[in-house]
Amino acid sequence: MNILKFITAGSVDDGKSTLIGRLLYDTNSILDDQLEAIKKANRKNNDGTVDLAILTDGLKAEREQGITIDVAYKYFQTEKRKFIIADAPGHIQYTRNMVTGASNSELIIILVDARKGVIEQTKRHSFLAKLLSLKKVLVCVNKMDMVDYEQAVYENIKTDYLALAERLGLENVDFLPVSALKGDNIVYASEQMSWYSGASLLDYLESVEIPTNKEQPWRFPVQWVVRPQTDELHDYRGYAGRVLGEGLRVGEDVIVLPSGARSKVARIELNERDLAGASDGQSIIVHLTDEVDVSRGDILVSANEPALAERNFEANICWFDNKPLDDTQIYLLQNHSTLTKIKIAEVLYKFDVNNQEKITGEEIKLNDIGKVSVKAAAEVIFDTQDAFAENSRAILIDPRTNLTVAALMIEHVA
Amino acid sequence: MDYLDHLEAEAIYILREVAGQFENPALLFSGGKDSITLVHLAKKAFRPGKFPFPLVHIDTGHNFPETIAYRDWLVEQTGEKLIVGLVQDSINQGKVVEQKGKNASRNALQTVTLLETIEKNGFDACIGGARRDEEKARAKERIFSVRDEFGQWDPKRQRPELWNIFNGKIHKGENVRVFPISNWTELDVWNYIKREQIALPSIYFSHERDVVFRNGQWMAAAPFLQIDADDTVEHKSVRFRTVGDMTCTAAVDSSAVELDDIIAEIKASTVSERGARMDDKVSEAAMEERKKQGYF
Repeated sequence: MNILKFITAGSVDDGKSTLIGRLLYDTNSILDDQLEAIKKANRKNNDGTVDLAILTDGLKAEREQGITIDVAYKYFQTEKRKFIIADAPGHIQYTRNMVTGASNSELIIILVDARKGVIEQTKRHSFLAKLLSLKKVLVCVNKMDMVDYEQAVYENIKTDYLALAERLGLENVDFLPVSALKGDNIVYASEQMSWYSGASLLDYLESVEIPTNKEQPWRFPVQWVVRPQTDELHDYRGYAGRVLGEGLRVGEDVIVLPSGARSKVARIELNERDLAGASDGQSIIVHLTDEVDVSRGDILVSANEPALAERNFEANICWFDNKPLDDTQIYLLQNHSTLTKIKIAEVLYKFDVNNQEKITGEEIKLNDIGKVSVKAAAEVIFDTQDAFAENSRAILIDPRTNLTVAALMIEHVA
Repeated sequence: MDYLDHLEAEAIYILREVAGQFENPALLFSGGKDSITLVHLAKKAFRPGKFPFPLVHIDTGHNFPETIAYRDWLVEQTGEKLIVGLVQDSINQGKVVEQKGKNASRNALQTVTLLETIEKNGFDACIGGARRDEEKARAKERIFSVRDEFGQWDPKRQRPELWNIFNGKIHKGENVRVFPISNWTELDVWNYIKREQIALPSIYFSHERDVVFRNGQWMAAAPFLQIDADDTVEHKSVRFRTVGDMTCTAAVDSSAVELDDIIAEIKASTVSERGARMDDKVSEAAMEERKKQGYF
């Protein structure tokens, strides 16, 4: 059994929380005392049914206002899979929270209101899906009950969305007509939409294949050096970290970045057992054949396919801070376990997130997305977003406030 | 990757980030299954080296004796350092006032002792075993959760947390609560304990003991639990699904003597784990309010 991490996105009243509530309810994932608490809260939908959205609104302020402010993570599992749902707000003023949720997801469910079709929020969320390199997109055309379950409505939205996806360069898009409120095609096939013969949402989620990092060369950011320095383990020196990509094996030629030192993998340990090789996502300990200088923040890479080590590069950026981006200030760039001082050399442009047009000459403010060129105080080790998205990512920290002020996805070497 | 391998690899990664990013971290150990799982994960993250942090137990003085026996055994077995913060000390110093009456509990008092212990030892990060599936306010919590110098959590000012990049930068006096098993569910913890054959305190398994029926729940009869004439004490076969103080943790009717029985019981259960916690039932936002004060 494996894990699927997904996020739901849509505008305020598209029914994200209702969709999740329905999914949990129809899979019997809501326990009696939780249901009891919902009933006690006595929040009702317009038609008088219990509002399942309250399940995910965990904060007092959210319940008071009836809106989702911050990401809530929800869990459920079936015989086939374990699911982690990021329930994120759709409001534009909470873009940063949505980016947080999406960054920890592999699949995004974009809800489209069947009555409204592809609207600005749909475009914005799809743009974010592309920007964050989410691996799969599922468009749920919701509220089909409000349009008499008409196939033509669904097909038109599908056509519109495919045009948008093509414009954005979004691949791996699937479609599903549902009514979250009534439960059509959520867990059970809809009796009202006999024209649809595909999977229900649950079937889809249980069986969808998520592309893995099998094609990517391995990278090994060192988090911690294990040195017991006891009598019997006097010479033990292991580099602890989590593998990205594939191909890390005993005997493999290694380059240590940024120093450029070379060595070979002598041993790979997982839970005090020796392995012949390690795969993407495993937390392991690596030993090298030579006594080279390696410490936290260094990255071991395949000598055959090394990563980039650059001081100047261009990146897509999402701004999270109330204080706008300041190109005279020094920020800290954190990627993996490394902190590097950087300056934003230039704001190239920012995006109008609703139509993806490039705007020049404006500052980057809270919830803005743009493209910048970066000048770093030392070499930053990465791959470009197109080559290996998971090794192109970084956050920016304001050293005065210590806040995470931005997310960066490195696009190319400047 | 199998889901338990995935959760394990993620938790180990987080523990190593704590070790790498903080000068003086601590692992908050309560003797419950979640913090026991954390200790097991820490072994995987740092062995054959020692843990780069001590275990810290905030001892309310109202523990199950079995929990304390287990704690001491674990410390001896792992050879790691244990620091104990006593709620009784805070009471003696007049920093907190003990609740009175039938439903008195030291649960809320421990926040004060915890914050004092953090301050006294200068901890900049505290690793805890909270999980997001436990409670709705916890579902909103980041993995690295910054607390101000008063230990307060502000849910509206949480830092965005992107991918697996954790920002551990703080100002002096602040600390970070770190939750490596955020993404685990109760069932995941049990399945993992079974797979890894992790030893647990005996109270997790069915046993016979004196219990009192109170507010719809079975509470263990303890010397510090007020038992009046109209209370009936019964001798029953029970176990504990979650372990906190004796005054706030209710027992469940159970004949589960092995891990397989427990797992089957949880799969079939129609109430959540926190359904057996009196401390969560005070109000709808009980946990959120406590977290804002500095509780986990």
